[in-house]
Amino acid sequence: MAKTLISIQNITKRFGNFAAVDDVSLEIAEGEFFALLGPSGCGKTTLLRMLAGLEMPTEGQILIDGQDMSRVPPNKRPVNMVFQSYAVFPHMSVKANVGYGLRIDKVAKDEIEARVREALALVKLDGLEERKPDQLSGGQRQRVALARALVKRPRVLLLDEPLSALDAKLREAMRSELAQIQEKVGVTFVMVTHDQDEALAMATRCGVMHRGVLQQVAAPSDLYEYPNNRFVADFIGSVNLFEGTLTIDEPDHAMIESEELGGPIHLDHGVTGATGATVWAALRPEKIAMAHRDEGAAAPQETNVVPGVVRHLSYLGNETLYEVEIACGRRIKVTRSNVARYEERGFSGGEPVWLSWHPRAPAVLLS
Amino acid sequence: MSSKSPPAPLDYLRRWPLRLWIAGVAFFLYAPLVTLIAFSFNESRRNIVWTGFTFDWYAQVFQDDALIEAFVNSLTIAAISTVISVILGALVAVAMWRFRFPGKPVFEGLLALPIVVPEICMGVAMLVFFSRILPWPSDLPWPLDLGAITIAHVSFSFPFVAVIVRARLLSFNRELEEAAKDLGASEWRAFMDVLVPHMRPALVAGALLAFTLSLDDFVITFFTSGPDTVTFPVKVYSMVRFSVTPEVNAASTLLILITVVLTAIGLRMQGKDIARAEGGA
Repeated sequence: MAKTLISIQNITKRFGNFAAVDDVSLEIAEGEFFALLGPSGCGKTTLLRMLAGLEMPTEGQILIDGQDMSRVPPNKRPVNMVFQSYAVFPHMSVKANVGYGLRIDKVAKDEIEARVREALALVKLDGLEERKPDQLSGGQRQRVALARALVKRPRVLLLDEPLSALDAKLREAMRSELAQIQEKVGVTFVMVTHDQDEALAMATRCGVMHRGVLQQVAAPSDLYEYPNNRFVADFIGSVNLFEGTLTIDEPDHAMIESEELGGPIHLDHGVTGATGATVWAALRPEKIAMAHRDEGAAAPQETNVVPGVVRHLSYLGNETLYEVEIACGRRIKVTRSNVARYEERGFSGGEPVWLSWHPRAPAVLLS
Repeated sequence: MSSKSPPAPLDYLRRWPLRLWIAGVAFFLYAPLVTLIAFSFNESRRNIVWTGFTFDWYAQVFQDDALIEAFVNSLTIAAISTVISVILGALVAVAMWRFRFPGKPVFEGLLALPIVVPEICMGVAMLVFFSRILPWPSDLPWPLDLGAITIAHVSFSFPFVAVIVRARLLSFNRELEEAAKDLGASEWRAFMDVLVPHMRPALVAGALLAFTLSLDDFVITFFTSGPDTVTFPVKVYSMVRFSVTPEVNAASTLLILITVVLTAIGLRMQGKDIARAEGGA
């Protein structure tokens, strides 16, 4: 991994008795696109604001480039931010907005001119220099905010829910564009979002926060496939969680006895837990196979298979989400890609089915 | 649609009872003013019969040194007290908006006091204050001799400014100020570059109000003015005590003209500012 740029060490922020950020430690490398992900009120924005200097930590240290920034005011940090409301100055033209930070730094006039032009070209706003913010669309205003922050050539660019105010189509387009811009300028991006798709699609690494605590830091695919705990498994994507007891734990196989499932879950790998401990098996809906259960026919496989009945289905276009009720009454979410336009024998409500999965499909969670 | 359907709200304007009502309201509001202005062009010395058109009274106004002096005093006091009131009022509003401090509700209540206390009480209070607590020397050179009146005017106009600015601040997006700081601005620069432009419409409205309040105030000024520091309203009052001449009418007409022009300018600036600010928020 590249050189560490931001080092957050045991940061805590309390508002009265409430710890908005609780003992968070995190390292972010140079050139990363890091996403802080979590539900609203989890402390991710507070953490971002502490990086910007808009909030002072109660305890702990923030180092940027090896220098302690914990008590440095925002105007003296090598960090710039794109605010959630974009905070484009309404009384200044696009050009004046983007050049604002440079004018404060007393950069020479012709250099300001050149850098503003370069920044506006980067965000594809060339030609709109003289417009006032009220003559811009929401997406354009965001680009102004982005150019205004990048023109200062910060070490770190902070983005607070950058796409939340855009409509769905534009959001998707901006996702890849932001990632492209980041690649082009090579600045370290730290983004806060509550939208997991956004974080998974754009970031090179994500940190999931919940109630002020950093739950897991990992690459997007690891976060999805190897969640640390129930919160992360449930927050990222959709999941079926089964509580159970670890009954067998050998290096090459293990078994979880789950009452919620009404049977055992077999794994073809070991779990580093004590037998007899309560664990949770997290099974993603797309990792469960579904087959027709005809009268008298055998199950499709010997283990990791349960009979059920389709109770509800939601057609989502690219896939269909089925809710299958198993013997104990629990409903399991299963998704199937709609690969073919026409299926000889689809699944309909009330139909008896077999649900089965690979012994490596469930993620085992110890907490 | 049948012709008997109830009229839309604006349709009422086309019916004669409402038109009559509007005419009545307009008449009682403006007839006195129109009379005042009309008779300022009357040839006769008495304000009763119209005898012919003349500009003589205006000429006389411009030759009446005492009246002109009073007029200049009024404008000077209004200008100085407006500047002080706007600065003081805006700062008070920002302080109340931004900070939490012990006794804040009491402070806010006390701030509104000059607005609600009867003017006559304020006048008497000022009289007592400037005669007993802080006697204002009467032999100071102009315009320092207007100090007592100016202070009195500031004390009743800055709360109005504070209230207006405070209301405007509620619509301020604090991220704008944070963005300015994030881009390198100091507290002071962020204040000047972002907060002040946002407050501008309120500052203009507040200034306008402070200026007019100061310009027309009679009661409080009456109690604080000395023999050499007479303002226009006080002077007019003393003139009227002898007789209401068309000269008073002419002077008053000029005052009305100034007030109307200033208000129009202020409203225009404010309208533009708000339109811009709202659109860009």
